[in-house]
Amino acid sequence: MSITRVKVENLAKQYRLGEVGTGTLSHDLNRLWHRLRGKEDPYSIVTENNDRTSEGTKDYVWAIQNIDFEVKEGEVLGIIGRNGAGKSTLLKILSKVTGPTQGEIKLNGRIGSLLEVGTGMHPELTGKENIYLNGAILGMSKAEVSRKFDEIVDFAGIAKYVDTPFKRYSSGMRVRLGFAVAAFLEPEILIVDEVLAVGDAEFQKKAIGKMKEVSSAGNRTVLFVSHNMGSIKSLCDRCILMDQGEIIFDGDTEECIGEYLRKNSQESSTDLLHSENRNGNGKLLFSGVRLFNKDGEEITEGFSGEYLKIRLDYVLKDRVEMDKVILAVGLRDSYEENVLNFVTDEMGITFPHVTKEKGSFYLEIPKLMLRAGRYNLRLLAMEGDTNPESFLDEIGNAFTLDVIGADYWKSGKTMRPGETAFVDGRITLEE
Amino acid sequence: MQQESWTSIIRPKRSLFAFDLKALLQSKDLLFLFVKRDFISVYKQTILGPLWFFIEPALTTLVFMIIFGQIAGIETGGVPQMAFYLAGLTCWNYFADCFKKTSNTFIENQHIFGKVYFPRIITPLSIVLSSLIKFGIQFLLFLGVYIFFFLSSDYDFAPTIHLLLLPILIMLIGIMGLGFGMIISSITTKYRDMRFLIQFGIQLWLYASPVIYPLSLTEGKLRTVLMLNPMTSILETFKYAFFGTGTLEWWMLGYTAGFSLFILFIGTLIFNKTEQNFMDTV
Repeated sequence: MSITRVKVENLAKQYRLGEVGTGTLSHDLNRLWHRLRGKEDPYSIVTENNDRTSEGTKDYVWAIQNIDFEVKEGEVLGIIGRNGAGKSTLLKILSKVTGPTQGEIKLNGRIGSLLEVGTGMHPELTGKENIYLNGAILGMSKAEVSRKFDEIVDFAGIAKYVDTPFKRYSSGMRVRLGFAVAAFLEPEILIVDEVLAVGDAEFQKKAIGKMKEVSSAGNRTVLFVSHNMGSIKSLCDRCILMDQGEIIFDGDTEECIGEYLRKNSQESSTDLLHSENRNGNGKLLFSGVRLFNKDGEEITEGFSGEYLKIRLDYVLKDRVEMDKVILAVGLRDSYEENVLNFVTDEMGITFPHVTKEKGSFYLEIPKLMLRAGRYNLRLLAMEGDTNPESFLDEIGNAFTLDVIGADYWKSGKTMRPGETAFVDGRITLEE
Repeated sequence: MQQESWTSIIRPKRSLFAFDLKALLQSKDLLFLFVKRDFISVYKQTILGPLWFFIEPALTTLVFMIIFGQIAGIETGGVPQMAFYLAGLTCWNYFADCFKKTSNTFIENQHIFGKVYFPRIITPLSIVLSSLIKFGIQFLLFLGVYIFFFLSSDYDFAPTIHLLLLPILIMLIGIMGLGFGMIISSITTKYRDMRFLIQFGIQLWLYASPVIYPLSLTEGKLRTVLMLNPMTSILETFKYAFFGTGTLEWWMLGYTAGFSLFILFIGTLIFNKTEQNFMDTV
């Protein structure tokens, strides 16, 4: 019989919209007035009536609602969902950074939360002093840190610099040290936000390895939020999927990820339509981006060296002469530098003159010659020529394409990551 | 398989008096590390280092001697001006430091508070303690000056048995600064107006306390008002203990003690209430 470590019951959190300032004082006074008369808080609405949007409540929003779940000892629970689904809010409440509006959380055991690495490290203090300080902030006693001190320094690989002020550290060293301290935290319940996405590839591997070690110890309960389905899959036994502040799936990790991907792709086609960061006259609007593999199945990531088909949905808002449309699709690295660029007029492609309100462009890439990394898709449609006045629609960050590394050269080695393209080639030696 | 033993429960509205003393005691290591950090980091990469602790009150005393002693000619009750001002300033600086720095607790530490939980009260406590170290150093300066004047027989003053009250006086200053600071820091999470008030408020308060002048110089209504100032009795008792001149009224000291504890109590309540949700409003 395993012990329940975390029990969340009917948890909800309300936020006030808009700026805190004018209006807050009057709301506070009004609230106090209601409370003094023994009435209910006029700005808090019970869950059941939430859909009844009455006048006085529109300034408040529920970040999370109706959250119920339990986590047992030794379980590693993944929490996934899109940005704004309420994951971070949930973690914040669990780690007591902020309080809930309704419901309660029962905890059994010491809790350690890792919402950020290196919290509270002081630039003027040395690495050693910072290890103790950060350890204490995370809830370790001095004796505990002393016991693990050598391991921490070793894991971070900063043995040479322990007596150097933290401000002289490179950013990589800072992150490594921060993670190293956290990695040796030993609470019964560990809450981890997307902190594995730090450091270089080698350190990330080390970090994931450490996380695995921690979670497979058996007596530790871990709650883990990530956008990286790979690490979720490799670490978690169970997963919950959050959407718009509620849990919409709770169960097996594989199924949960599947559900997440399905949900994402269903909604992505409408998402782009409401994107604010766009230029152009808006006669044509890109409305969605979806990815497919060779067999026509929808996928969420590209694979190095594999076939990839990108579907770009559009809607026509006005009359556009489609046969004069030039489409440019760019794949950019995180510095917004183009890595790849496809432009239809260069490629000698003209589209048929179609007039239906909705349609899709397809970009087929027989071999995706990109190293593992994160690329941004820039979409641009022009009518007639390439002058900025002819821009129909331009979206700089239309889609994030994650490319998974592969063993393209069949050498038994996965290619190193990096936001760059590669081409076929051969290297020989002659004398 | 329902078990009912939970180590902690997180609820929306904590009772006003739910004070987690256990967690506080567990965080004592953190408290000392914070004190160390606050103390060390201030004067790192300065040439004079902790000497600045001396320079600051020394220069202020010099300015006071010129302006209030020479130009304005305010009486110091037979005590050498330098010792008199330094005595007042040392106490006052400790109070002002505690008050000013703790009143920024939530705003200054929001990035830490937003990422990890520990009993928030550790932060203001560490400020009071690290300020105490600073006070200790400045007190040494005062002691040096005091002994110098004591030995140079130009002046006639002597310490009294009331020096035994010193630890209590220092504690009261810390408690009051902490209490006021926690109240202000809780209010500033929502309304930043208080920060402006504090800026010059403490400055004005200095003039409303017998730092530059002895209480005995005032009379009538002004004296009554000054006596209502809880800092008055601390400053007067401090000087009385060292110089044997000044006003020592036990009821005033009692009033200050009661007032300090009351402020600390209110401050802790408000602070405790604020810490749970301040991240949403700060």
